[in-house]
Amino acid sequence: MATITTATTALPQRDYLNHDHSVASWLLTKDHKRIAILYMVFVTLAFLIGGIFAAAIRIELTTPAGDLVSADTYNKLFTMHGVNMVFFVLIPAVPAILGNFCLPLMIGARDVAFPKLNLLSWYVFVIGFFFTTTAMIVGGVDTGWTFYVPYSSQASNSNVFLTGIGIFIAGFSSILTGLNFMVTIHRMRAPGMTWFRLPLMVWALYATALVQVLATPVIAITVLMMAVERVLGFGIFDARLGGDPVLFQHLFWFYSHPAVYIMILPPMGAISEVIACFSRKQIFGYSFVAFSSLAIAVFGFLVWAHHLFVAGISPYSAMVFSFLSFAVAIPSAVKTFNWTATMYKGAIWWKTPMMYVLGFLGLFLIGGLTGLFLASLGLDVHVHDTYFVVAHFHYIMVGGAIMGYFAGLHFWWPKITGRMYNDSLGKLSALLIFVGFNLTFFPQFVLGYLGMPRRYHAYPPEFQVLNVLSSAGASVLAVGYLLPMCYFTYSLFKGEKAGANPWGATGLEWTTQSPPLPENFAEIPIVNEGAYEYSKREMKVA
Amino acid sequence: MPNGVAAHADEHGHVHVHHPAHQHHFQTMQQQQEASALGMWLFLVTEIMFFGGLLVAYMLYRVWYPEAWSEGSEELSIVLGGTNTLVLIGSSLTMAFAVRAGQTGRAPKVIVGWLGITMALGLTFLVIKFFEYKEKFALGHVPGRNFHAEGPHAAQLQIFYSLYFALTGLHALHMIIGFGLLSVIAWMAWKGRFSEEWYTPLEMSGLYWHFVDIVWIFLFPLLYLVDRAHQLS
Repeated sequence: MATITTATTALPQRDYLNHDHSVASWLLTKDHKRIAILYMVFVTLAFLIGGIFAAAIRIELTTPAGDLVSADTYNKLFTMHGVNMVFFVLIPAVPAILGNFCLPLMIGARDVAFPKLNLLSWYVFVIGFFFTTTAMIVGGVDTGWTFYVPYSSQASNSNVFLTGIGIFIAGFSSILTGLNFMVTIHRMRAPGMTWFRLPLMVWALYATALVQVLATPVIAITVLMMAVERVLGFGIFDARLGGDPVLFQHLFWFYSHPAVYIMILPPMGAISEVIACFSRKQIFGYSFVAFSSLAIAVFGFLVWAHHLFVAGISPYSAMVFSFLSFAVAIPSAVKTFNWTATMYKGAIWWKTPMMYVLGFLGLFLIGGLTGLFLASLGLDVHVHDTYFVVAHFHYIMVGGAIMGYFAGLHFWWPKITGRMYNDSLGKLSALLIFVGFNLTFFPQFVLGYLGMPRRYHAYPPEFQVLNVLSSAGASVLAVGYLLPMCYFTYSLFKGEKAGANPWGATGLEWTTQSPPLPENFAEIPIVNEGAYEYSKREMKVA
Repeated sequence: MPNGVAAHADEHGHVHVHHPAHQHHFQTMQQQQEASALGMWLFLVTEIMFFGGLLVAYMLYRVWYPEAWSEGSEELSIVLGGTNTLVLIGSSLTMAFAVRAGQTGRAPKVIVGWLGITMALGLTFLVIKFFEYKEKFALGHVPGRNFHAEGPHAAQLQIFYSLYFALTGLHALHMIIGFGLLSVIAWMAWKGRFSEEWYTPLEMSGLYWHFVDIVWIFLFPLLYLVDRAHQLS
């Protein structure tokens, strides 16, 4: 018997990565795990491009004079930074990469409900990316990522149409992914996987899908109207022709505010998975964390006009929107409290994913609390369109979403690739990102409060010290982001082999081999317990 | 094997038998059908939001510029718009018959027949729409640099026509897509792919077709019947 066992283990294991190596097997794959990796390639590329623009911005801002680039170039830099990071990094990062990879595994399915549609979503995404990148290469776009009229109408000479079409196309990728995930969660769960046994990542993806499906079509039609209006020269939004620029802002933020929850909800799901695993505890208040995801998604639809407090909307509607914006803090706080309570009296295991979780908690807390400043009618008038706003949304969208993405990526990396990475370097990068991030963006709160407006390439000399601090922080941050690329690449080729469950985690994705089989599970699992029964099992690392 | 069963060996060499339309990642045909239906309904929800963005713009400007809305609306032909409404409602009925024929396992020619009538009605709609558009071109009512209108509300009238063309154009695009979709479905029906056990694509295209009709049921009064009450008295 012993010889037979050795013979079988000596055979190379069949998994989703090695069962077919041809290029066509990647480009025509219907496997959700491979599609996740396809997304990862382009999202990482977009992240690098967006990062280069950010670097150029921070270098320009080390001196008060606008000496490195012209005002026009600067406009293009922050616009293309925003467009890249929002539409091609933050929106797809967690749902399309980690969500695609994990969702079917987590619910015990062989794939998402519509695998071909999933592949189509990726192609649509790449085509959208191609359009916006072409727009950047042929001269860039200078409207700001918000495309406000008239910046995007008569005041712009840049490639608004191309960029708009790119975003329009990429939007369908997001819609189709959300649709696919919703159907998958409703219809593809394994026997015994009831709604309240679902991992919280799945709840988060469900809430996200709701936003993707309901909000994204509105930005699609809005950007289309804006782009067509520009080409054909009629005026739905153009005030000269009787149109209403504020209508554009309403429609834009009807998507773009909920879009913030597309960015932050899935990382929150990843945080719930990691924090329970590395605290070795049942998550505190499972149903509260689950329903707070849905509450954030629902409230998220009702707060968009807090971006318009100075746009001349009625003070009464502003009061309602202010109140509702405060209300979003409740489910967000429910989550944060439940996560910290999960750690309380847990057996905390200090590994890289957990370090990222702690970084997330710190940064999300600051980002969330400063959001309350912006939801207040009076204070918002003072800090509107200043660096205070820039700092706030970077704390949520980078400090929160990217930190959460990295927590999830470090958590599932052994499952995705079958290999471990260097844990010390991982912890170092988490620390560098946390320190670098705070150094970059905390001074911007002060700058904004002191009155430095966003989107200018020059500023009065008294703001220089804080800006230099910010730029210094940005270089630390850059090192923190490049470090994982190095040790992840190393891990791909030389990393220690990971077992099926290197973290001793609960969850169905850890019951199958690493990397998983092409069909995920040899047999469809039958579920008979909740998602986080850490207390019931011994800590078993395999 | 009519509507046959497919038998083939899987990766492990086990031969298994299943319906040819059954995809492997689904456990059962029922699961597959439920997934398709839910997916289609969700897709239609995204379509509602898609048209919704334009309708919000419509509402705002209708409140802002009631005179232009009344003026623009009166220049649209109730006869052509009304005919098109009837044509589309008729096509929804024949589409429902086509789905019913699939559901009850009628012969391919019955399904294809109903689909053919549906497509013919869809085409009639598009032809009438084409003549309406042609008239607008002739009158210079197409928004853009060559837009031409008389009177104090010329600029606002352009917004009305922008939304008219955006809404009906988007709707017509959906009709064209639906026409293509039904061609494929008719071909599948002709090949005998559908049976009582499996006619999902037929049913899903039916949902899509009805949705596109319902959009028109909203567009017709919103665009053609803005301020017509005085014409009746």
